[in-house]
Amino acid sequence: MAILDRSPKPDARGPSVSNGRRRVTNSAMAAVTFLCTLAVLTPLFLILGFLLRTGVGALNLDFFTHLPGAAGEPGGGMANAIAGTIMLLGLAGLVGIPLGVLGGVFLAEYPGSRLGDVARLTADVLNGMPSIVMGLFAYVLIVLPLRHFSALAGGVALGVMLIPTVVRTTEEIVRLVPQSIREASLALGIPVWKTTLRVVVPTASAGIVTGIMVGLARIAGETAPLLFTAFGNRFWNWNVLKPVAALPLQIFAYAISPFDDWHRQAWAGALVLVGLVLVVNVAARFAAGRQVKLR
Amino acid sequence: MAVNSAAPRSPVRATGDRVFQYVLAATAVAIPLIMGAMLIALIDAGMPAIRRFGLAFFATSTWDPVAGEFGVLPFVYGTLVSSAVALLLAVPLGLGVAIFLSELAPGWVRTPVRFLVELLAAIPSVVYGLWGIFVLVPWVRATLTPLLKSTLGFLPLFTGPPLGIGMLTAGLVLAIMVVPFIVALSTEVMRTVPRSQREAALALGATGWETTRTAVIPYARSGIAGAIFLALARALGETMAVTMVIGNVPQIKASLLAPAYTVSAVIANEFAEATSDLYVAALVYAGLVLFLVTLTVNILARVLVRRVARGPALIRE
Repeated sequence: MAILDRSPKPDARGPSVSNGRRRVTNSAMAAVTFLCTLAVLTPLFLILGFLLRTGVGALNLDFFTHLPGAAGEPGGGMANAIAGTIMLLGLAGLVGIPLGVLGGVFLAEYPGSRLGDVARLTADVLNGMPSIVMGLFAYVLIVLPLRHFSALAGGVALGVMLIPTVVRTTEEIVRLVPQSIREASLALGIPVWKTTLRVVVPTASAGIVTGIMVGLARIAGETAPLLFTAFGNRFWNWNVLKPVAALPLQIFAYAISPFDDWHRQAWAGALVLVGLVLVVNVAARFAAGRQVKLR
Repeated sequence: MAVNSAAPRSPVRATGDRVFQYVLAATAVAIPLIMGAMLIALIDAGMPAIRRFGLAFFATSTWDPVAGEFGVLPFVYGTLVSSAVALLLAVPLGLGVAIFLSELAPGWVRTPVRFLVELLAAIPSVVYGLWGIFVLVPWVRATLTPLLKSTLGFLPLFTGPPLGIGMLTAGLVLAIMVVPFIVALSTEVMRTVPRSQREAALALGATGWETTRTAVIPYARSGIAGAIFLALARALGETMAVTMVIGNVPQIKASLLAPAYTVSAVIANEFAEATSDLYVAALVYAGLVLFLVTLTVNILARVLVRRVARGPALIRE
């Protein structure tokens, strides 16, 4: 729809403005929108460039295999933080994936209900809520009754944040499943519940998994909801009721520390985190492209 | 897609289908319930501070945990001003990109550019903060501040020492972070403007820009407003990146170059170390307000966007 580049028709002369001026305005505005695009994308390239420049040199085997070193001493890694983030993602998945997938299937398969409208609006609103508020919620819900910080509380905070992403992507993908497939199954005398679980959901499974991956990648980088739930830990921890380290928490702590070697490790951690987000998003894009072609 | 309207033949089967529907409906009910639980949890935990300070909480500037005196005026000020700076930068830029993507760019440009803009939204907040500390803050201190002072230094907005950290830097980072939301939603609503609207304008001899200005933007206006509200909600609640570059000094200064503090930043910095019950309650109270404000702004955004989806009713006037 290349509309902006059309010049005014010669007989469309306005009463006061000359065609020449209108043509110049048209080209100028086209150029302005193009410059806006450049301006918005510049920070993305600056950030990725900064991370590649600083992060690649800072990344080494120790980063993945060692515990953090003593304050101010060079060396050490973020092995426990990587494990902690995986643990938190697992807990968040336990909360967010079943609720999100089933909720999304409901929105797609039983459309037009008032409950569906409310749930969809709430999911959208929940998606826009500040992540720090999720942390406060998990603190009141879990940390206060248990009287100490825990991986569980962090997992719940992240799990709540996962729900809207999974709900909305699941709904979208399940809607794409052709009606004829459902009808074929029902015509064979298969009940609705079995049709949904054994025919519709498996058909949409690749897309549902993609949505879950994108959601997990998003919450993997969340810091604010973990500050007073998972809290962070300088050592290994596999107990869900104890505080646990997380990659974004460690990046934050190291970024605001006064030590050069910790800054270096923060860059390495950020590179790993952004690399994860990039890989998942690019993969999701290709998966989505394939799905569309299949249609 | 009314699968449920398929008439079941045996009562056993009907029971199975009904149970299945109830289970699914229960998960859908869970989402609003979680939202409600959040509200109740925050009100409950913030109650000591709500009782003690009431609405004066927002009108006082004392933040003294030792004396047990809490007022959030400087934090609210920091949140509002940093968000305003962010929107001032992000709205025109974002709309420019949206017009470019929806009206100007050919398909092979549109898809990758949209993807890149979406990536901006996918980068974690703490990474923006890290980049802010090590790249943006030095740049603001060494380049932007002297430039602003030499050109606009007569304004009270641009006075004080060049620290690099402060309100302006926080606004810059926030602008980068919220612009993808403006772009994504505005592009979407502009694409829903019927082709006939554009063709009508073009047939009257309008140039491309005149078509955009007179046919596309008025039609999409309420959706664009929704996109801006959505971005505002993001800016108000954004925590980590702001905490890392705003300086964390609770003060109200006219200058954008001075350090400031926001509501979300004070919760992030002080909550884990809050010692007294009243201190915790005061921070939860602040979080409750953040929750209510972003909730309202988000709902408003959704309502405005839905209005465009409903179609031409809004071009009546």
